[in-house]
Amino acid sequence: MVPVAAVLASFVIGALMLLALGADPIEGYTALLKGAFGSPKALSHTAMKAMPLLLVGVGICIAFRASVINIGGEGQMIAGAILSTVVALNVGGLPPLVLVPLVLFAGAVGGAIWGAIPGALKAYSGVNEILSTIMLNLVAVQFMNFLLRDPIMDPAQKASGRIPQTERLSTNADLPTLPGASRLHIGVVVAVVMAVCVYVLLWRTALGYRLRAVGHSPDAARYAGMPVKRTIVAALTFSGAMCGIAGAILVFGSESHRFVTDGSSVGFTQSAGFNGIVTALFGGLHPLWTIPSSFLFGGLLVGAEAMQRAVQVPKALMVGLNGLVVVFVVTSEQFRRVLRERAERQVEEEASEAGKSSAKPDEVDT
Amino acid sequence: MSDFFTLASLVFVVGSGIRLATPMLLAALGETIGQRGGVLNLGVDGVMLLGAFGAYYTILETGNAVAGVLVGIAIGVAMGIAYAVITVTFGAEQGISGIGIYLFGLGVSDVLFQKLVGTPLPIRGFADWHIPLLGDIPRIGEMFFQHSVLVYLAFLLVPAVAYLINRTTFGLNLRAVGENPAAADSLGVSVPRVRYTAIVLANLLAGLAGAVLSIELGIFQQNLTNGQGFIAIALVYFGAWRPTGVMAGALLFGLVSSTVLQWRTLGIVSGAASSLMAMAPALLTIVALVVISRTVGQPSALTKPFDRGK
Repeated sequence: MVPVAAVLASFVIGALMLLALGADPIEGYTALLKGAFGSPKALSHTAMKAMPLLLVGVGICIAFRASVINIGGEGQMIAGAILSTVVALNVGGLPPLVLVPLVLFAGAVGGAIWGAIPGALKAYSGVNEILSTIMLNLVAVQFMNFLLRDPIMDPAQKASGRIPQTERLSTNADLPTLPGASRLHIGVVVAVVMAVCVYVLLWRTALGYRLRAVGHSPDAARYAGMPVKRTIVAALTFSGAMCGIAGAILVFGSESHRFVTDGSSVGFTQSAGFNGIVTALFGGLHPLWTIPSSFLFGGLLVGAEAMQRAVQVPKALMVGLNGLVVVFVVTSEQFRRVLRERAERQVEEEASEAGKSSAKPDEVDT
Repeated sequence: MSDFFTLASLVFVVGSGIRLATPMLLAALGETIGQRGGVLNLGVDGVMLLGAFGAYYTILETGNAVAGVLVGIAIGVAMGIAYAVITVTFGAEQGISGIGIYLFGLGVSDVLFQKLVGTPLPIRGFADWHIPLLGDIPRIGEMFFQHSVLVYLAFLLVPAVAYLINRTTFGLNLRAVGENPAAADSLGVSVPRVRYTAIVLANLLAGLAGAVLSIELGIFQQNLTNGQGFIAIALVYFGAWRPTGVMAGALLFGLVSSTVLQWRTLGIVSGAASSLMAMAPALLTIVALVVISRTVGQPSALTKPFDRGK
């Protein structure tokens, strides 16, 4: 309920902003919903847009459940994209049945490495993971720019053009499209399967139990004999792996089938590393609820383009509204918790007051 | 490489390094105040973007650079009040709500720019001010004393912020609230009031930092800051929560950036290698974070909301 109210509240603010910019909010939002969910084609676009959000989102679920704040989704996506691209460039001749799983696995490994570094720094050196993941985002972007401008640059571009991109990657690594679909590919299926896997990991395995226990109370977990440090590293490693798969899918599921950079991380990820946080929060940090949540936010991002065409308000508005959703969700959750605790205290105080007042008449009597 | 080690080139690198350091320094000084009071603001980059656009648009419309700076500051104050309500009054998780503020600033500044301006037009800011006498010293003057007045302002704020934190009653309360809010509260210090003030000051400087960025560049574009707000947060840790340390970090980052730019201009390194070098500041920060976390402790109550009833 709270997340839904948060989305509605930010859309009310969004409507005010549309009005201020001289656009009709109802017309804009109608175009947005139609563009997102109004036709089979729109739904297919929405599913494609939801896929990286879902993968990053379930990664965020793992980290946040362990009370580890992973802001490094962007960098982990890039790391996954890099490693999977390097694999495809080197063993592109393998048959699709081997190569497709291999590049996705390579993506997971790349992201996992980029997640394990801040995990180890937090566990063994006490480095705040918020800062280290942000810094590793910056490192990953520049490393991507370096690789795409020289070592893995398209030889044709090296000779003539200036576009920092790889050659057209092996067709054997192309993600197969789903039967009956023109663009929708198995990346979407992979994302949903991973969400179920993460659910199983968190609630049906010993590691998942440890992750949640450490997230709930590191001291209690330590007292119970759990390896808290290793669990923190595991949380960021698995979280990074999910983001890494998203990065690989963005490369091998792209229309150009190349890894391209415009010099920034947004250019490659479309801010999925940050929007995935919104998705996970909206899904209540539950991997299965993150599935519909990602579909909603994917739809909003797709629909924003239709809104831009209909009322000439840039689609970046949706990024701003996503920010408001985050603020509203965390604010209201914390606020409710505080209210609940106050209410509990009040009940306790009343109980002790009642105890005193019942004792008072005796005192008067004596 | 010999082209780089000419006097003219070195003077240029130092001068532009100082200029590049200025927005990061301002934002990081603000973040230092906030963090000493126990509040982490991850939204710096978003506030900078809004301040940058506000200043840019004001100057584009009015031609008045001072008004641009004031609008940047006003936007910072407004965002500060909003962030204080979120984190102090409602006690929301600071790390995540800061990301919300960042996304808000990133999206809204882009929307406003595309809608109100569209094609990027250059603006005129402040003319460089040659400080009399000092500015006339050969080389030295060129490096240090021929900058925009905003650059001098930023560096004058270093001792000012240090004085505020270390020598004033507000600073004493600020540090108390950042280390042990319960103790400060029991001595009659209003924790929410101190934190509100700290957050507003922090965001004011972030808004100003954004204004300085767009005014010095004379331009605005989508994601103009390109992560400088995040680097500013890291600089606070880098400088171990002391304004002078923060300044040293900002200068180091500025000089590394200007060196990379100069090497690229002179053709000493290729475009690809310059990307590799641009990784240096972030890597350096990670190393600094490891060292800092082993030697200096952060403010004990950092990121912890204060609830009096507990």
